[in-house]
Amino acid sequence: MKLFMVYFALLALALFAMGPFLWLLSTSLKTVGNVYAFPPQIIPWPVSFENYVGVWKALHLEKYVINTLHITAVGVVGTLLISALAAYPLARMHFPGREVVFVALLSTFVLPNPGGLIINFLTLQKMQLINTLSAVYLPSLATPFGIFLLRQAYLAIPAELEDAARIDGAGELTVWWRISLPLIKPSVATLAIFNFMGYWNSFLWPLIVLQDPDKYPIAVALQYLQGMFWDNFRLVAAGTMFSMVPVLVVFFSMQRYFISGVVGALK
Amino acid sequence: MRRYLIAYTFLTPALALLMVFTFYPIVMGLVMMFYDYTFLEPMRFVGLGNFERAFHDPDFLISLLHSIQYVIVVPPIQILSILVAILVNRRLFGISFFRTTYYVPVVTSMVAVAITWKWLYDSHGLLNYILQALHLVDKPVYWLTSKELAMPSVMMVTLWKGIGWYMLIYLAGLQSVPAELEEAAAIDGASRWQVFSKVTVPLLRPYVLFCTFMSILGALQVFEEIYVMTGGGPMKATLTVSVYQFYKAFGDYDFGYAAAVGMVVALLVAIFNLGMFRTLAKGGLRYY
Repeated sequence: MKLFMVYFALLALALFAMGPFLWLLSTSLKTVGNVYAFPPQIIPWPVSFENYVGVWKALHLEKYVINTLHITAVGVVGTLLISALAAYPLARMHFPGREVVFVALLSTFVLPNPGGLIINFLTLQKMQLINTLSAVYLPSLATPFGIFLLRQAYLAIPAELEDAARIDGAGELTVWWRISLPLIKPSVATLAIFNFMGYWNSFLWPLIVLQDPDKYPIAVALQYLQGMFWDNFRLVAAGTMFSMVPVLVVFFSMQRYFISGVVGALK
Repeated sequence: MRRYLIAYTFLTPALALLMVFTFYPIVMGLVMMFYDYTFLEPMRFVGLGNFERAFHDPDFLISLLHSIQYVIVVPPIQILSILVAILVNRRLFGISFFRTTYYVPVVTSMVAVAITWKWLYDSHGLLNYILQALHLVDKPVYWLTSKELAMPSVMMVTLWKGIGWYMLIYLAGLQSVPAELEEAAAIDGASRWQVFSKVTVPLLRPYVLFCTFMSILGALQVFEEIYVMTGGGPMKATLTVSVYQFYKAFGDYDFGYAAAVGMVVALLVAIFNLGMFRTLAKGGLRYY
């Protein structure tokens, strides 16, 4: 009986969490006319993919998908490389200025930045990068969070492995790429999944730096689309599903890194 | 000398980018709030003029009030997250399926979430249909378009999206509580409630602190759900400081003023957090 209550609570919560998305999915599969059916159809019948085809064709969604892929791919790979490079000397080398770099990085967690978006917008404008996709990822390629996360990971691996490679005559770049980096793969995966979600879902910053709607990533395009198609929510629903699926796929396949990342960041 | 060069070679890409996009904006943002700056005219020093202007600006004052009100979502999010974490912190058939289900709102973009909820809240939406079918209301409720309900409706979305995230953190916290401690207390005759309030909760304290801090920060800076669902309306009923700052900066290009407005939020965050740390330091964890 108690177990029954627990499962009842679990199911009710699952319905609460997933309900809106199930409704979205159901709406996106409905044919013309059903959306205002009263009472509303919970299970769409007949099931139709015409809204998916429709929204893809009407809006040329491929351009938004390509923009998003571009931003996400460069953003994730760039962030990983830059953080992995920067974290390495901070974990492994003693050099003048190390403490200064360290304190400067730490300070970003507490210093208020009242004009962050504004100043970055003005800087990118001076660089004539406004309305380019690089303006979207450039400011977030190097983040203190990524550097600290990977520094912790390097500290956890034994330095002897690197020393052995150095004795064999490997240069520092080789040691880093061939020895150290492969050993911190789980942390790199964690950072990758967080960055993937961050770049894929980013909304406010692309909205600020991109002026031409053809350059929008899918999250911003959706907002734009719902303004245009408010009377045809089936299309909006199908478009929204398109934007959600990649994140969900990445999330489900890399869940354990996501969870260990949340847990690890707190230790 | 060579080591020194190598270290800086590794650090250069990160440091260069951080210099331009992180450190420089911190310094310039602090400078700019004392200036009047739009695209049209050169920067003009106005001292505290922007702050003086802000406190005579009814739109700013109402947005500030709304941002402070928005913090009301924090306690329910935290309490519900802790309860859900306790519920899923057990070995049961299918438990990982349920846990995963609860994170789906977390990983989905706020825009997708806001669009979905905007539709659910519609006067012809599912929510109104259910309420009418159950005869709880006799005509559609204007969730997002009535002045009184718009704010709580948006807060509901923030809450719904936040629970899974904090649940995960609390779950991590619960799993780090040594089972022996709870068992020992139970053997000593403590009731379940006593074990929970005297053993589990105190050990969960650093997590409560962290999560509360994060959610206050999020509540004071709430943007996307408001921007997408109401745009700050109806009649400014959901205008918060971040939304107002966005309109001032990127609608009116009133950059100096927008930076000053941002500083008010930053100070507010600092005050809230200082207060919270003090309360929790005194052992006042009672609310959780």
